[in-house]
Amino acid sequence: MNLRTLVWNELRERPWSVVSSSIAILLGVAALVAIRHVTVHSEQEVSRQLSSLGANILILPKDASLQNYYAADRNGQTLPEEHVMEVLMAGLAGVEKVTPKLSMPATLGGLEVTLTGVLPQSEFTAQAAWQTAALFTPTKHDGCKRASHEPSAADGTPESLNTTRAIENLGKDQIVLGADVAERSAYSDGDTVEMLGGKFTVLGTLSRTGTIDDSRVFAHLHTVQELAKTGEVVSAIEVIGCCEDAAGDLVPELSKLLPNARVVTVSQIVQTQVGVNRLMSGTSWFVLGILVVVGGASLASAIAANVRERRREIGTLMAIGATPGFVQRLFLMKALILGAVAGTIGSILGLATAMVAGPQWAGVAVTPLPGLALLAVGAATSVAVVAAYWPAREASKLDPCLCFQEL
Amino acid sequence: MFRLENVSRTYVRHGQTVTALQCDDLRIAAGEYVAVVGPSGSGKTTLLSLLGGMLSPTAGRIWLDDGSVYEQSVAARSAIRRERMGFVFQTFNLIPYLTALQNVQVPLGLNNVPRDMQEKRAASMLQRFGLGDRLNHKPSEMSVGQQQRVALARTLVNAPQIILADEPTGNLDPASREVVLKAFDDCHEEGRTIVMVTHDLAAAERAGRRLVLQDGVISEGSPGRLKVA
Repeated sequence: MNLRTLVWNELRERPWSVVSSSIAILLGVAALVAIRHVTVHSEQEVSRQLSSLGANILILPKDASLQNYYAADRNGQTLPEEHVMEVLMAGLAGVEKVTPKLSMPATLGGLEVTLTGVLPQSEFTAQAAWQTAALFTPTKHDGCKRASHEPSAADGTPESLNTTRAIENLGKDQIVLGADVAERSAYSDGDTVEMLGGKFTVLGTLSRTGTIDDSRVFAHLHTVQELAKTGEVVSAIEVIGCCEDAAGDLVPELSKLLPNARVVTVSQIVQTQVGVNRLMSGTSWFVLGILVVVGGASLASAIAANVRERRREIGTLMAIGATPGFVQRLFLMKALILGAVAGTIGSILGLATAMVAGPQWAGVAVTPLPGLALLAVGAATSVAVVAAYWPAREASKLDPCLCFQEL
Repeated sequence: MFRLENVSRTYVRHGQTVTALQCDDLRIAAGEYVAVVGPSGSGKTTLLSLLGGMLSPTAGRIWLDDGSVYEQSVAARSAIRRERMGFVFQTFNLIPYLTALQNVQVPLGLNNVPRDMQEKRAASMLQRFGLGDRLNHKPSEMSVGQQQRVALARTLVNAPQIILADEPTGNLDPASREVVLKAFDDCHEEGRTIVMVTHDLAAAERAGRRLVLQDGVISEGSPGRLKVA
């Protein structure tokens, strides 16, 4: 016989009292866990989408939209290529990479593809040396969190078109195939192909990204301009800020610099989902508040009632030698068990709800986040123990002479 | 063992001060078997509470051996009750959600007796009171007499030096009453101190010493006076 056995036996004796006293905490935790699970996964989805979209700022023709761009609109308006140099010359803080692109319809071995011209990063360096020493030295932004802005080994491979949205070196007669194009055309590295009347060698094939880039063929910008006879224009200029904060600051500066262009952040494309995330995040704080206030008050009231109905039992325990501290611990342990059990069941219930409803609420698949569930159990237990503190303290102050009172 | 020195206990009820107990000098020696009789409201339970360290006197001192009981902390008084005293209640005060065995284990648990030892001692004590086949029964599953025997087992399982009993035979049939009184006789023979508050004059006759309480005032009793009270 010890404190735990006493508490456990009492709880087992009154199962409905246990349910009614902890139902508010259970439901609060369930709602909190469900909302947080969906929110976290939705935020991860937004982050994944932003990552797959690549550049965090796009400079587009005035009338173009983000949707046009990501749908690889090949017949839209264009921008003068000189805007690229204007951006670089301006020396704006936070600019990490600038990649001008021109998209054209083309045929590759009978397959309709989007031919996208990109300007390799090495040509910026060459132009910098030719024009001015300070032409393109990426300027660090105070809020930057990325570890390094220097070109990495990966930047020299075609795959960097996926990872950094830019390529260090690309010959004027070389192309890089998107994953879908490579699969459907059956061309591979080293093959020679013909497009828009020009001959190219396949430099490499990109891995699958699940974006429109999978159906692109990348070639040198100036080759594409020459073959398509467009002149020195681009469809878009992708600007990679050194971090999201920098991207936010850069938009007004770029808009000011290029008044005839449209400057947008790619985060705008997931604006609705970001809004939903914010709403859910706010709601989860609200639910946490409800859990603390309603769950705590409900449990405090149940424990206080329990103390009242067990006055003689408490008196008897004190008469046979229980200290006030023991009596206080008796009720605190009861609250702790109730909080932990309600928190655990609430977490499981919340997780199940999130897994079922997540795809419908936010269009995201939800997987269990053990850390979050543990945190919720911890919060429920803490709320229960704090709520039970005063009734437990009152119990410890009861007069032991209550043991002599008749029923 | 016990010495009450100019002890009084008063209550304020509806603005009036009521003296529940007034005692200039009362001594109870170790090993004495004392019965306290008196009408309802005469202060019997107040005396028991004072002796048990559960109700501080308004004035005076209560000594237990060489220590003034109420000059010690609440925790120290709990320890005295836990280690040296055993209580018997009129309504048994068993914990309803515990079995007979678990009820008897409670004082052992409070004294930090190891769990396996608790079970052995509690089971042995219940067997002594003829309840070996009721170990896992809850109070609601036992008769009144059986409940009082469980309560007695709980009182005696820690082998207390002092037994404080509040109307221990008040709710019992003659057979169960005899079991309780026989247990007290045995405890007395073992040298334990017993203070029994009772309305049962025949039970009081079995005690070695009788005290009469009338309007909060204690006096030594004789069989004749007991009948008057």
